[in-house]
Amino acid sequence: MRMMIDFIFLAVNLAVPLVLAAEAAMIAERAGVICLGVEGMMIFGAFFAVAGCYFTESPWIGLLLAILCGIAAGLVYGLFTVILRGQQVVVGVAINFFAAGITPMITQQIWGREGASETVKSMPELDLSGIFGGNAGLSWFVPITAAIVAGMWFFIYKTKYGLRLRMTGDFPLGLQTCGVNTNQYKLGAMVVCGILSAIGGAYLSIGYGNLFVTDMVAGRGYMGVAANIFGGWTPLGGALAAVFFAVVQTLRYSLTSLNLPSQLMQMLPYLATLIALVLFARNSKSPEGLGKL
Amino acid sequence: MGTALQLSHITKIFGEITANDDISLTVRGGSIHCILGENGSGKTTLMNVISGLYRPQEGEIFVNGEKARIDSPKDAMKYKIGMVHQHFMLFNQNTVLENIIVGEEKCGLLLKTGEQRRFLQQMIDQYQFQVNLDDRIRDLSVGTKQKVEILKVLYRGADTIIFDEPTAVLTPQEADHLMEILLGLKKDGKTILFISHKLNETLKIGDYITVLRRGKVVYETVNRDATPEKLAYEMVGKETRFGGFERKKYRPGETVLKIEGARLKDGKKPVSFQVHAGEVLGIAGVDGNGQQELEQLLIGLTKQRNCRLEFCGKDMSQAPVLERKMAGMAYIPSDRLEYAVMEGQTLTFNYLLGNHSREEFQSHGLLRNKQLNAYTEECISTYDVRTAGARERLGNLSGGNQQKMVLSRELSQKPKLILAGQPTRGLDIGAIEFVHTTLLEERDKGNAIILISAELSEITELSDKILVLYDGEIMAEDVNSAFTRESLGLLMAGKQAEDSLAAQAGGKEVDTAK
Repeated sequence: MRMMIDFIFLAVNLAVPLVLAAEAAMIAERAGVICLGVEGMMIFGAFFAVAGCYFTESPWIGLLLAILCGIAAGLVYGLFTVILRGQQVVVGVAINFFAAGITPMITQQIWGREGASETVKSMPELDLSGIFGGNAGLSWFVPITAAIVAGMWFFIYKTKYGLRLRMTGDFPLGLQTCGVNTNQYKLGAMVVCGILSAIGGAYLSIGYGNLFVTDMVAGRGYMGVAANIFGGWTPLGGALAAVFFAVVQTLRYSLTSLNLPSQLMQMLPYLATLIALVLFARNSKSPEGLGKL
Repeated sequence: MGTALQLSHITKIFGEITANDDISLTVRGGSIHCILGENGSGKTTLMNVISGLYRPQEGEIFVNGEKARIDSPKDAMKYKIGMVHQHFMLFNQNTVLENIIVGEEKCGLLLKTGEQRRFLQQMIDQYQFQVNLDDRIRDLSVGTKQKVEILKVLYRGADTIIFDEPTAVLTPQEADHLMEILLGLKKDGKTILFISHKLNETLKIGDYITVLRRGKVVYETVNRDATPEKLAYEMVGKETRFGGFERKKYRPGETVLKIEGARLKDGKKPVSFQVHAGEVLGIAGVDGNGQQELEQLLIGLTKQRNCRLEFCGKDMSQAPVLERKMAGMAYIPSDRLEYAVMEGQTLTFNYLLGNHSREEFQSHGLLRNKQLNAYTEECISTYDVRTAGARERLGNLSGGNQQKMVLSRELSQKPKLILAGQPTRGLDIGAIEFVHTTLLEERDKGNAIILISAELSEITELSDKILVLYDGEIMAEDVNSAFTRESLGLLMAGKQAEDSLAAQAGGKEVDTAK
């Protein structure tokens, strides 16, 4: 029982950044922009959350700074892909490289070392030990993430702006003939994508951990993009797929008793992503105008 | 009724091409005004100017006598001008209702549609459209999609409705039904601008007719003064023949192609037939009744285990496309842009497609550009492909010239069998005449031709033998003279010369959507 509860808590913790990345990719791709830049924007989020927290000693302000940075990154991403009509894949990869390159450099400038920042205060946790016993605590990020998923679902399917966003991703010219400025929607989606990615990154640095380390995002952005495809470009599907990946990751920690080679265990989440994509993503229907300029 | 819409001296230039050259036009309220012209004569450009998609370099637009500034589709809507586009502006994944109201939802943040639904249902009943608001667009037939487009402009309160080549994608029955709808709209006081290159439908419903040629207005008339000959002359700029081709006597030679057990649709009877040398086999049928499948099966894009295909006495059931082409099959695909050409590439490159492994164009895997260029030049001049040069991007050519390019490529390699799918779709009168003459020349040379077409007149004029496809099965097969236009029409609708009442297509059974 104890093990079970620990397992669930670990899985939930690991799921948060993946779910956020999946939702970020979902909103961008539903607007028709191929979004590989989630990874880079998560790195930015992780870094600026720590920076904000370090200078003000408040993790909430750290989160706020991460969000602002996410807005800026999303706007730049949108500027290049939507307004200047750059190749979406290239811009996304460029953002990832840029983020991975510049954050260690600024880390060096601020803290005098390259690999990691100094430790900062983490986000406070919701104390659930009264209910589950032991030291069961959940980060505030967990309810925030759950609310974001629900909000995304509501927005996409229940509001008229969600309808327009979906149509933008399918057939922008068609929507333009209905008198809607589709670039506004694409740009808006990119900004939201930036915010969600940044929150996901911030969770890694000040939610789950308490410092910024180079490479701490470790492909979670890409896994989020994969979860989004696996989930059929839907808010709930993407979140479920992300949770699935998180469970596989958790297995990696709890199966250590099996004495399998550690390399094999480390491969597990990525292998699961690959297999899931090959098996299930063939049938999921992408937005029809995805990636078209 | 007064003047609903007036265009004065509209000029629109794209790069070096003047698409609309000083066009002035007056449209009377409550009338059907037809704009007639060949492809590339500037009809669609002009309509896009009116609907706000393009901004003209010069000229003014007046709506109900007042000067109007139309910079976007939204502006056009403000002046109650709506457009039913040739290529539907619909969203496949969404429902009919969502497609109609988007952009003008008439609700707050939340998507509440009860009111709109009632309003639309009333409209559907009034015009007897038989559209279900909750169907998804991807499940609808082309005719129904068009009705959704019409509902869309009506919902937006349009008084002036532009129809851009509305019948190009419809079956004959659907087209007739559309004509009735248009007359109904006119009776309700709507003004209709009808764009077309088809003479008969223009004469049938147009009150006023304006002919465009090369971006200019060349002829204006009212219906009672119009004759088809005069209109055709003005459209093309020269005398045009209507049918009546000369041909050698029908004397079929030996079997060129024999196909057995081809299953075109799941659960339907497999089809078998043969074509002989010196014969045009016309395959009639409404789009989506198995033509696409048959076409791809014949050329080898798809293969079936139980389907036997014999070409010139050789079993080619499982042969790849290239082998079939090298053996003497020429293929003019019905979906030109998808299967025949690459729009973004030069003409030279397009001439290489499918010829790439021929000895004359390659040596040890390297291209022989000299020969290729010479071949390209020769094809362009013998088939009179109008282009700025071999280095021109194919996408810059008009549809007719693209088709000439495909014809010249396919026919220049001395084929024994020509598989022509909808070879004149979207072409203008001049180009159609060219394609027809060329095909008949090939027949007279003793080659076999399979002509797949949804145009009834094309089938009856060219074919020696006719085969009617319906829902993946052969309804009838006989020599041309055994059929009448009426009997063919019924067979195409799946009726064995009985209960002709239900012949009106338009339901989901004849779904031509992909």
